[in-house]
Amino acid sequence: MKPIEAKNINVYYGDNHVLKDIDITIKENTVTAFIGPSGCGKSTFLRTLNRMNDYIDSFRKKGKIYIDGKDIYDKKVRVEELRRKVGMVFQKPNPFPKSIFENVAYGLKIHGIKSKYEINDTVEKSLKQAALWNEVKDKLDKPALSLSGGQQQRLCIARTLAVKPSIILMDEPASALDPISTAKIEELIFELKEKYTIVIVTHNMQQASRISDRTAFFYLGELVEYGKTSELFTNPRNKQTENYITGRFG
Amino acid sequence: MPAIEPELQALKENLLDMLSLVRNQLTKCKKAIQKKDLSIAEEVIADERKVNVQELAIDRDCESILALYTPVATDLRLVLATLKITNDLERIGDNAKSLARFLKDNLRDIPGTWIEKYNIEAMLDVLTSMLKDMGEALHTADTKLARHTTKHDEQLNKYNREAYKTAAELIKEHPESGKILLTLFSLTRDLERAGDLTKNIAEEIVFHIEAKVMKHKKDQK
Repeated sequence: MKPIEAKNINVYYGDNHVLKDIDITIKENTVTAFIGPSGCGKSTFLRTLNRMNDYIDSFRKKGKIYIDGKDIYDKKVRVEELRRKVGMVFQKPNPFPKSIFENVAYGLKIHGIKSKYEINDTVEKSLKQAALWNEVKDKLDKPALSLSGGQQQRLCIARTLAVKPSIILMDEPASALDPISTAKIEELIFELKEKYTIVIVTHNMQQASRISDRTAFFYLGELVEYGKTSELFTNPRNKQTENYITGRFG
Repeated sequence: MPAIEPELQALKENLLDMLSLVRNQLTKCKKAIQKKDLSIAEEVIADERKVNVQELAIDRDCESILALYTPVATDLRLVLATLKITNDLERIGDNAKSLARFLKDNLRDIPGTWIEKYNIEAMLDVLTSMLKDMGEALHTADTKLARHTTKHDEQLNKYNREAYKTAAELIKEHPESGKILLTLFSLTRDLERAGDLTKNIAEEIVFHIEAKVMKHKKDQK
């Protein structure tokens, strides 16, 4: 099974050619890390996978992206449905200014689920999956913004999980967190990959090497190297990759 | 320059210093034989302590680099290779010390021709030359030189096989000196083993630079 398959992807913001001929296949139930210096195109590519770039006027794309065999840029595809299937967690935790419960229930409600039992059950399960339940079970009606940064990020993960995605995209999900919260997020990613396919953008080399099965190195809009994380961090095939991961870039 | 760079440079320099220290022990053994000078043999024995101290310092540096800088790729391979090379060098240093001890206790009492017949000086020459090449290969990242040097190990194996015959003949001629003649043979085996250890060092240099594992070739799938 190949849940994500990108073929010959080129992305432009106006005249700026930001992604060049990207070909990549991401296997299911794996964690794939995208690494590379700022401006290399890794976040742009991540956002292309659930059409987050559609909001940018100057955005233009060539090539195909298939998720579970379907072209996600096909005119028949409903973007809301795609984003339910391909969830996203951002760098900065962004809970809604609502209660903890409402944050997780929100996605279910906008997808038309009305059964109280189903909503309660899914909120509990999602919070448990996000390893947050024990910390919030007695204060579900409290504002989400009263939680710590690390808890807010796990709440955002629970919110993503509630709508039952199959793929989770994470854009530097732990970069604003302290080491303990980071460790919790990393542990969570490791547990989640049993059920989900995870793609994570990170600037933290050790994080990429700790949590991912495969790593893709982007540079100047190109996918320079993509392979098993254990090989890429011990014996990279490409000199540019080696220079980047050993901090000798530029 | 990444913060790890000066640490790795210092590590490599300390490793090269340890390599020279061990090579000097072997050179001094030969000098002691040629000059029949027991004080030089004593120097070799004393040098062993310096080798041990250097090994411990390098081990500490490796541990600290691993803990503080989390090296990857070629940097990680340098640290891993260094840990193994220092271990090999320390054992070669031990072999040099064993030979020096024998020389100190017996050099003035045994016929000079015995040492010659056992090829000990020739073995010391091969070993010092191999270690010199190792230093050069490590310093200049020359894997061709490292690979080429491993071939000299054959010469040491040959000398060791000849020493076995020599031991058998001399023991027949001088049964009263059997213990010393057997000890001399065991010393040639030590030098042959030091050749194997030098070969291991060459393999570690290739691993550091090219990420290729040369050891246990036949067992690799």
